[in-house]
Amino acid sequence: MSFTQQHKKLERNVTLLGVGAFIAVAIGSIVEIAPLFWIDNTIEKVDGMRPYTPLEQAGRDIYVREGCYTCHSQMIRPFRDEVERYGHYSLAAESMYDHPFQWGSKRTGPDLARVGGRYSDEWHVQHLKDPRSVVPESVMPAYAFLAEKELDTRDAAGHLKALRAVGVPYTDRDIDMAERDMRAQGTPDADAEDLADRYPKAQVRDFDGDPNRLTEMDALVAYLQVLGTMVDVNSAAAQQVLASEKGR
Amino acid sequence: MENALARAGLWYTLLVIAIVAVAGAHDVGFAVHMWIVAGVAVIGLIATLSRYDYNAAANRILRAPNDPSRYDDEPVRWGVIATVFWSIVGLFAGLWIALQLRFPELNFGEYATFGRLRPLHTSAVIFAFGGNALIATSYYVVQRTCRARLAFPRLARFVFWGYQLFIVLAASGYVLGVTQSREYAEPEWYVDLWLTIVWIAYLIVFVGTLLRRSEPHIYVANWFYLSFIITIAMLHIINNLAVPVSFLGSRSYSAFAGVQDALVQWWYGHNAVAFFLTVPFLAMMYYFVPKQAERPIYSYRLSILHFWSLIFLYIWAGPHHLHYTALPDWAQTLGMVFSVILWMPSWGGMINGLMTLNGAWDKIRTDPIIRMMVAALAFYGMATFEGPMLSIKAVNSLSHYTDWTIGHVHAGALGWNGLITFAAVYFLTPRLWKRERLYSLRWVNWHFWLSMLGIALYAGSMWVAGITQGLMWREYGADGYLVNSFAETISALMPMYLMRAAGGVFYLAGAVLMVANVWLTIAGKVRDEAPMSDAKYDPQADRPIVAEPAE
Ligand code: HEC
Ligand code: HEM
Ligand code: HEM
Repeated sequence: MSFTQQHKKLERNVTLLGVGAFIAVAIGSIVEIAPLFWIDNTIEKVDGMRPYTPLEQAGRDIYVREGCYTCHSQMIRPFRDEVERYGHYSLAAESMYDHPFQWGSKRTGPDLARVGGRYSDEWHVQHLKDPRSVVPESVMPAYAFLAEKELDTRDAAGHLKALRAVGVPYTDRDIDMAERDMRAQGTPDADAEDLADRYPKAQVRDFDGDPNRLTEMDALVAYLQVLGTMVDVNSAAAQQVLASEKGR
Repeated sequence: MENALARAGLWYTLLVIAIVAVAGAHDVGFAVHMWIVAGVAVIGLIATLSRYDYNAAANRILRAPNDPSRYDDEPVRWGVIATVFWSIVGLFAGLWIALQLRFPELNFGEYATFGRLRPLHTSAVIFAFGGNALIATSYYVVQRTCRARLAFPRLARFVFWGYQLFIVLAASGYVLGVTQSREYAEPEWYVDLWLTIVWIAYLIVFVGTLLRRSEPHIYVANWFYLSFIITIAMLHIINNLAVPVSFLGSRSYSAFAGVQDALVQWWYGHNAVAFFLTVPFLAMMYYFVPKQAERPIYSYRLSILHFWSLIFLYIWAGPHHLHYTALPDWAQTLGMVFSVILWMPSWGGMINGLMTLNGAWDKIRTDPIIRMMVAALAFYGMATFEGPMLSIKAVNSLSHYTDWTIGHVHAGALGWNGLITFAAVYFLTPRLWKRERLYSLRWVNWHFWLSMLGIALYAGSMWVAGITQGLMWREYGADGYLVNSFAETISALMPMYLMRAAGGVFYLAGAVLMVANVWLTIAGKVRDEAPMSDAKYDPQADRPIVAEPAE
């Protein structure tokens, strides 16, 4: 029987055809995706990664809301020019707490994976309010309204709880303290020792130049300033882990 | 009567739920969405209670001939109108964001920034314009090729209107900042749930109709539609797994993170291209090209071979969107290899379509609808040649992140998806409204050339822009330093961005001409013009086979 004859069986039976098509697409899906969850070295074991503080996470939510990913990538590839322009290439570990990932697919603007610490807070605020006042060639939209909008802190704990449900290791105390942490990090001279204990190297200050209010601008700049700074990629320990990574 | 009462009860329940949700909403976006749902419930309630004959009213709006011994074409007519409507919305949004990239002053305030409007463009063209075309044509084709009326007519209408609600919620969400920011899967959790329900209903209608067929064999177009519906269901459900922050708020967090999220998302994203923009559009090709050319499909064996190899191979190709990223190397290599092999089944489809014209090549000259279909297939061939090339890691290292990708996207989107859909609309409109012919075939000809000009400007400028950008980013001077600052690379692209926008104007102008043509055809007008050739249509033969006398 030729294969066209055999195929007639499928053509006469909706169930066989549907199941056949489903199997055809399920094979590749399973073989390709499943191993990523159980192969051990998918994500490097490097020091320094911690969950985002509530304020940084709120900033990340604004980044997601505004669709910054449509113009900015957060994934530096291991090429000489990219490393020179943006910094050490990105590690899988560095986005291990990113729900969702924001690697992006288009660089209308520069990569932001390591923008943290590159500019001052004032620069960011000025740039976000009016990009062309800082970089005349820029085509980035102005986000001045962020400085006017009070940050919504009411449901800070709820956000952390949802994140914990999808696997980010927030502790009970982190969740209880979420709203206080959020305010403390954006307020100068607040008592933030407890915050710094639970979130090592968290930067505590007024970010948006208006110490009396906690705005969406505070949150977004706090997020931008932490990007790519958690892992000390050039430390000896990190380099050793990376040397054992093949193929990149 | 009782039936009407029960339905009124359901609408009322929905209204109450929506109002409660508005009252308790955690954010503005969610509240606005629940207002929209409440509005839908009020309309449903009024329509049910006034026992107004909305079928007749709808038919008046549609100016539809009513004949139950015919195929159930009402949802197809609505679908054609929706397709035409959303094409204008989507293309206009595209033009606007194209202009924003050249004139950033066009970013207005909070709601109309590029970051919010770009997903509006992509969703409007892919899911609203493309999706409506697919639902409409699948309803049309499955009835004809099975010689049977749609199974579950009510459910079929629910699919159409439910899908429109999905589009409205998704589109208004982006503007309000309700988004997951995962490319092509931006709608939030509750909108995703709604789409899941609509989609399963769609599967039921489609499979139900296949089961009622009077023909022993399932025609090849339906294999493509069926695998599209099944696979999109799988992709949509898995990719959108997420935990909402609150059941009364819009925000949710993806179940996956970082590298795993990236792979799941691009497994979805690539196969949105494959199973939304390719497979079901091939189904359209398999029905409308032979019909319009009045020739049988070229090769049955080829259609079997390329169908199974296409759907099997496509699903592996996702990682080519993640070359040189933190995704493990083995996955990238798999993605690259399968993408390169994909070239063959893709061209199998193109060849099967083009060779169907064997012996009727002169129609390209005389029949503007055939010409549109042939051009669509040529662009399909071009995009599926370029795609495998971009999947090669060395090439991708240059093209990734640049406008080259955008050029590739739009060669496929404008050339293949756009033109084949326009051709199908032109084929369907006179048949659905029982008009002798289109208002004007010469206008179709104009539409064709406007589109070609638009595509040439768009693709040409983006290829140049992409390669320029890629080379400038990696350019080193004799001193061993990078030559260009990022800002300098932006200025270099401005002329190309202007050219792309000009391309968009032409393409949109063509679509506006289509709206006028479709409108006037529905109104029953015929333009007095020198005739062009078109496929013949026999309304008497266009009937289902019914066992008992038709009601
Ligand atoms: C229309 C595309 C576009 C969108 C949307 C966009 N940007 Fe930009 N962005 C650019 C461009 C172009 C530049 C480079 C010129 C400049 O510095 O303004 C840039 C630069 C930047 C820089 C400076 C990076 C550096 O290394 O110099 C930061 C930080 C930034 N953007 C943050 C954001 C954030 C946060 C958002 C979302 C709220 C955003 N951008 C949305 C286009 C965009
Ligand atoms: C008038 C015609 C159109 C114009 C002017 C236009 C313009 C644009 C612009 C400016 C972008 C953003 C590019 C960037 O980020 O640099 C874009 C993205 C996109 N458009 Fe269009 N577009 C048009 C028609 C279409 C059609 C018909 C489709 C699909 C059927 C489509 C699908 C897409 C997709 C998928 C993207 C995202 C590409 C990516 O992320 O790589 N567009 N378009
Ligand atoms: C054999 C077929 C094809 C292959 C192997 C292929 C391959 C690719 C590759 C390698 C990219 C670039 C990814 C990146 O660097 O980020 C890409 C992007 C894209 N292609 Fe194709 N392509 C194919 C056909 C098509 C067709 C027919 C369309 C129809 C419109 C299409 C639509 C897209 C879209 C929308 C993107 C942009 C995704 C994004 O970044 O948002 N492709 N494709």
